[in-house]
Order: sequence, then structure tokens, then C-alpha cells
Amino acid sequence: MKTTRRKLLILLPAAAVAWKYVLAGTPEQAPNYTMTDHWWGMLIDISKCIGCGNCVRACQTENDVPDGYFRTWVELYHRSDWHLENPIVISPDGGKEGFPSMKPDPDGEYFFVPKLCNHCADSPCTQVCPVGATFITPDGVVLIDQTYCLGCAYCVQACPYGCRYIHPTKRVADKCTLCYHRITKGLTTACCENCPTGARQLADLKNPNDPIHKFLNTHKVQVLKPQMATGAKVFYNDLDGSVR
Amino acid sequence: MTGVEGYMYPNEIRLYWSVLIVLYPYITGLVAGAFILASLERIFRVEAVKPTYRLALLTAMAFLLDAPLPLLFHLGHPERAWEMYFTPHKTSAMAMFGYVYLWYLMAVLTFEIWLDYRRDIVLRSQQTKGILRVIYKIMTLGSSNISERALNIDERVGWLVTLIGIPSAFLLHGYVGFIFGSLKSNPWWDSPLMPVVFIFSAMVSGIAAVMLFYMLLTKMRHKTIDMRCVDAIAMYMFYIFIIDFSLEMLDLVHRIYEANESFRSLNFLVHTKLYFSQIILQILIGTITPLVLLFITQVVKLPEIARKRMYTVSGILALIGIFAMRWNVVIGGQLFSKSFLGYTSYKIHLVTREGLLVALGLTMLPLIFLWILLKLLPPWEDEGAHAPAAGD
Amino acid sequence: MNGFKDIEHLFRFAGLFVIAILVFLVVRGFIVPKSFGEYGHYRAAAIPQIAALPLHYAGHQACISCHSDIQAVKSKGMHAGVNCEACHGALEKHVLDPINVVPVKLNTAVLCVRCHAASAAKPKSFPQVNAAEHANGIACETCHNPHSPAIDAGGTK
Repeated sequence: MKTTRRKLLILLPAAAVAWKYVLAGTPEQAPNYTMTDHWWGMLIDISKCIGCGNCVRACQTENDVPDGYFRTWVELYHRSDWHLENPIVISPDGGKEGFPSMKPDPDGEYFFVPKLCNHCADSPCTQVCPVGATFITPDGVVLIDQTYCLGCAYCVQACPYGCRYIHPTKRVADKCTLCYHRITKGLTTACCENCPTGARQLADLKNPNDPIHKFLNTHKVQVLKPQMATGAKVFYNDLDGSVR
Repeated sequence: MTGVEGYMYPNEIRLYWSVLIVLYPYITGLVAGAFILASLERIFRVEAVKPTYRLALLTAMAFLLDAPLPLLFHLGHPERAWEMYFTPHKTSAMAMFGYVYLWYLMAVLTFEIWLDYRRDIVLRSQQTKGILRVIYKIMTLGSSNISERALNIDERVGWLVTLIGIPSAFLLHGYVGFIFGSLKSNPWWDSPLMPVVFIFSAMVSGIAAVMLFYMLLTKMRHKTIDMRCVDAIAMYMFYIFIIDFSLEMLDLVHRIYEANESFRSLNFLVHTKLYFSQIILQILIGTITPLVLLFITQVVKLPEIARKRMYTVSGILALIGIFAMRWNVVIGGQLFSKSFLGYTSYKIHLVTREGLLVALGLTMLPLIFLWILLKLLPPWEDEGAHAPAAGD
Repeated sequence: MNGFKDIEHLFRFAGLFVIAILVFLVVRGFIVPKSFGEYGHYRAAAIPQIAALPLHYAGHQACISCHSDIQAVKSKGMHAGVNCEACHGALEKHVLDPINVVPVKLNTAVLCVRCHAASAAKPKSFPQVNAAEHANGIACETCHNPHSPAIDAGGTK
């Protein structure tokens, strides 16, 4: 029965195109998307991250991120005993090809920390943009209007998390869009879609049925650099105090 | 990637603000400083510095014309720079700077120079020939009224413009400091003292530049240097330098004593990658040496020739030291990771768009501007405007 | 009238200013994008432009709408939470043109160790192997079905 339908579709490529929008896409009807109904963020569960680098690769494929620059990257922390202040951190090529195998260390702790734009509600980067080329949308995503950006790099300097860069050929600021072209069609981000362990979860903070609420209400979470008071919306579960 | 020690966030390995962004506060600083020197005579009635009044205005103008160029070369899309004026973002220090710059250029400097030179311009428009005559004619704006009453009014309006000009000069350069000092993301920049330090160092560099130009140009014109004038300038430079140095030391002591989370990382930076440009060049050679030299000229009665030499050396060292200070702020602020776990390196290229040649060119350009301005509007009182050489 | 004569030149200078400001305002009226300021200090039209960027990953729903047989196997196994494209790669093109764009056969020897290579950095509960010792060069799918990798009593050879 199932295979029959599959064969049928292969026989009718035109129908296949239609199928994509009918089946995959009830939420994919972009016109149904109302910006004010959403407030996007992300949940990252450090205890689930295995450092495979799938998210970094997926992001580069989905968003044509230039080599050597990162919209998302993964760091491997090695914190020994009580020395919270000087962990050893590596991120070879942003963790794109995974990480070397680590030997057990009885006196220390290893963990992976995926990073991406925090889509801050009070973002220091949009504050400093001289022309309004970067902004937070009504649904809480910090975007860049690359047809309007001067490429002055002031926003790159203003981001406390190192999430922005100047695109080497477009010569404008570039960063994570939280896959805005996907989430507005009812899909999840490329990094979340491709995370094999569910360590990354897209979260709609305005949707009362989003599982994020249950998670946040039952776990101890943290954002990066809370002292920066940026209103970061990427929440980390199990975040170690040595992470910067 | 080359030159990385420890851990940098991967996007931090390259520096996004190059040597051109070092030049930009340096050049605006010279503008503000030169203007403050001019206002000494006008507002505070320091008669001794009168011989440099017009020269200071022209120096300020020459550097002001150059000031936006490093920014334009640095922008990824200079053709979009107009957006700063058409849709300025009111929460952005950089956007407001565009307006402050234009205000300062047009309402303050151009207006003041025009008022001050109006008599010369009108006379020259009648005495010169050819293309020069056309230029001067345009500069008169079609009014050749140089009656005593009109000039008297100009004098009073000019005084008012200078009065407005002083806070404007502070604003112009304070804003540059604020662009850096207001970023909480970067502990090397994040300081309320930043705008103040920028203003005082700007005054030192501007005064030093005008003093050096004055001595050099007077030598070139085979005239005698007015020592009363140079002594007064050096004295002001000395006092302002002391304030500047105290503020910088206050900032340093505060950082060392407070020793917050960024301290270890920044301390390491100052002792390694910034050791030469910060400790040696900025503090020892560029600040303490000229301060000691100027101190000697203030307390010991030295012969004229010795004073001249010491002023020249201190002026040059101060200019180098303040350039080093801008370098350490702009480049130094990008050499460490915002994770405080690593350091990167800045490699300057020779012929790229933001390379060394462009930087040198943009440093030399104000000198060409100044030369043109000096030809067009000679500031020298001892030459007079009544009988300019034909085809000057 | 005589009084005005001596300040007339100042009005000429001020006139230049007024002209410059007028020109500025007129040009500004033409040049600022129409949608600027609709939601905030930015070009509102940029939002739909960014939202219209092309997809590369089709998403799990698109995969299982055709491959429900695989989903039936996968949903009962350890890899239930792993989306298809996490291993098979970006396949939006395949969804749009299933006949001509066919996904390549995966090499399990490379693929499986991306996640399952042993490392002290990984969470202890995550299944990890030293590939050389564990399989001795035998391809993973000889014993494990990638869509449901556990080797249960029956054995899915």
C-alpha cells in the first residue's frame, strides 16, 4: 500500500511537486504566517550534544555560509576540576568536521557548547547600526537587510558573542537568521532539523503549546553572558560556569 | 589560521576594523585640537597665540576634509554611505556622528573661516586675474561689502561661532570616543572615560601639529618665529598633556585595581602583543618623554634655540604617541577574544583597499589640502592681504 | 534699510544653507525606500525578501509523506529522533524532482562514526564504539540496520 503510493508519485512528477505543498506543507502556507503570533528562540541541551558537527554543516549548506566564517559553531570545553576561569577550548573549523577523540580525564570535565546568534530582545548589534540595516522583527528574529548594509562592521564589534562577521564577497554584515525562510514556512531551522540527538530545539515562546515551556519550567537553564543583559533568547540547559 | 593563541571565537580571528579606523580618530582629533587652539585666541583672549589663529583654522579644515575618507575606504559599500544621512538610526553613535561632522564642517569651520577671511577674499577677488579671480568671486557669494560696520558685525558673529565651535569640537571628538566607549561587548573600549581621554589627547595632538606647522612654515618663509607665541602654545600643550596623561593613568589604575573578569586577558595582551605600541611607544616615548622635555622648558630658563628644539621634539613625539594610543585602542581592542581565552594578530597588507599605501596616502592628503588652503587663503599677518603677488 | 546692507552677506551664507537643506529633504523623499519605518527603523520589505530565500533541507515531514515505510521502521528504533536529512543530506531538490534527483547511497563506514566514534567528551549515556576494535573493518550495516540499529533477539541482519 505504502510502496504503491511511492511508485505512483514517481510516475507523476508534476503531482510530486504538488504533493510537497499539500502534504508537507499545511504549515508551509506562508500567507498564514502572522509575525505577531510568534516570538522565536532556541533551546540547547548541552547534556545531549555529541559534537558531531551536523548543525554546522547543515547551516553552511542551507545558508551558503562562506568557508572560515560561521553562523553557528560548536566548541569543545575541557575544564579541569575547580579551575572555572581557564578552560581549554577548541573548535577546529567551527566543529564542522567534528572533533578529535578525547581521552578520559578523571580530574576534569568535557562538554560541547553549540553557539549561534542569541536573537537578543535588547540586541546591542541592532542598537549601533547607523542606518537601520539590522533589526529585530516583530517575531523576535534579528535579521540583516543586506541590500541596505554599509559594511561598517560596527555591529560585529558590538556583538558580545562573536556571532557576526563581514561576508568576504558580499562585503556586508552576515549572521544567523534563525533560518527565517524555514521557520516562517512551518519548518524548523537547518541546525535543529539535522541535530541527531535533539540537543537543539527551535522554540516559539509565544506559543503556549510549544514544549519549550514545559522544559523551561522543569529545568535550570541559563543564557550566555547574562551580565551583558542582552535579552538573549537561546537558552542553555546544563551550562557550565566556565563557558564564555 | 595564523597568529592565533588560545581560543578565539571563529569569527573573531580576522580583524574587522583596520588601520584606516586608527587613522580616523587620529585625524578628527587633530581637527578638534587645532580648533581649540584657535579658540584660545578668540574666546579666551590669549593674545600670544594670535600668529597661529588662522593657521590653526586652516589646519582644522584640511584635516576635517580628510577625516571621512578613511571611513569611506573602509566601508564594504561606500556607495551606500548616504544612508547615514537619509535614515540615521537615532540609537547609533555612528549615525549621529555623520550629522555632527556636517554641522562642524559647514556651520562652524567653513562659516568661521569665511567670516574671518571675507575682507581678504573680497580684496583678492578685485586684485587677482583669471581662474583665481573666479574662485574668489564665488567665495564672496556676490557680496563685496567690506565696510567697517560689516566687518565689525563679522567679528562679533565670528566670536559667537567660535563660542559654539568649542562645544562642537568637543562633541565631534567626544563622539568618536563614545563610539568605542559605549560598547559593552568590548571591555578594552567600554569606559565612560573614553570620550574624555579622546578629547584631551586630541587637544594635545592638534596643538602639537599646529605648533610644528607654524615653526616649519615660518622657517620656510624665512621669517622669524614668534617665541612668545610658541612658548605660550608649548605651555598649553604641557598642561593639557598632564590632564590627558592623568586621565589615561586613572583608567589604567582603575582597571588594575578593579581587576574584573577581563583583566587577566587584557593584562596579558598589554605585556605581549601591545607591549611595544602601548608601553614603549605610547607611554614611554610618546607621553613621558615629551612631558619631561616640556617640564624642563617650563622650569629651566633655556636659550631660544634649545627651547625650539625641545618643542619640536616633544611635538613630534606627542604626535607619534597619540597615533600609538589610537592604534592601541582600535587594533588592541580586537586582538583578544571576547571569550577572554585567546589572542589573534593583525597583519597589515601593503596594497589592499585598507592597506598601508592607502593609509599613508590618507595621512599625506591633509598636507596637500593644507598647502592649497595656504595658497588660497594665506594666514600670515606679516604678508598682508593688500598686495598679494599676482598669480600667487 | 541701511542696517540690512551690512548683514546682507550673512543672509547669503544662510541662504546657501537653506537651499542645501531643501535639496536634502527633496532627495530624501525620493530615495528612502517606501517600506522604511513600517515596523521600526528598517526596511520592512526586507523581511519577506529574507523569508523567500530558497530551501535546501526539505524537512522531516516532506520525507515521511512519501517514505512512510521507512518511517514505520525508524519510529520504533533507537534512531526515531534522527531526521532523515541528518544522514542523507539536503534533499529539497529530490522532493521537487524525485525522479531525476536521486540521493546517493551512503557509506556507513564514514557516516556512523561521525556520531558514534568513542570520545570522553561525549555524554556517557550516548552509545559509542572504537570502530577499529568493534567492527574490525566490517561495514556497520552488516549487523545494524541504520534505520533501527539495535540488534534485538531476532537480529536484523
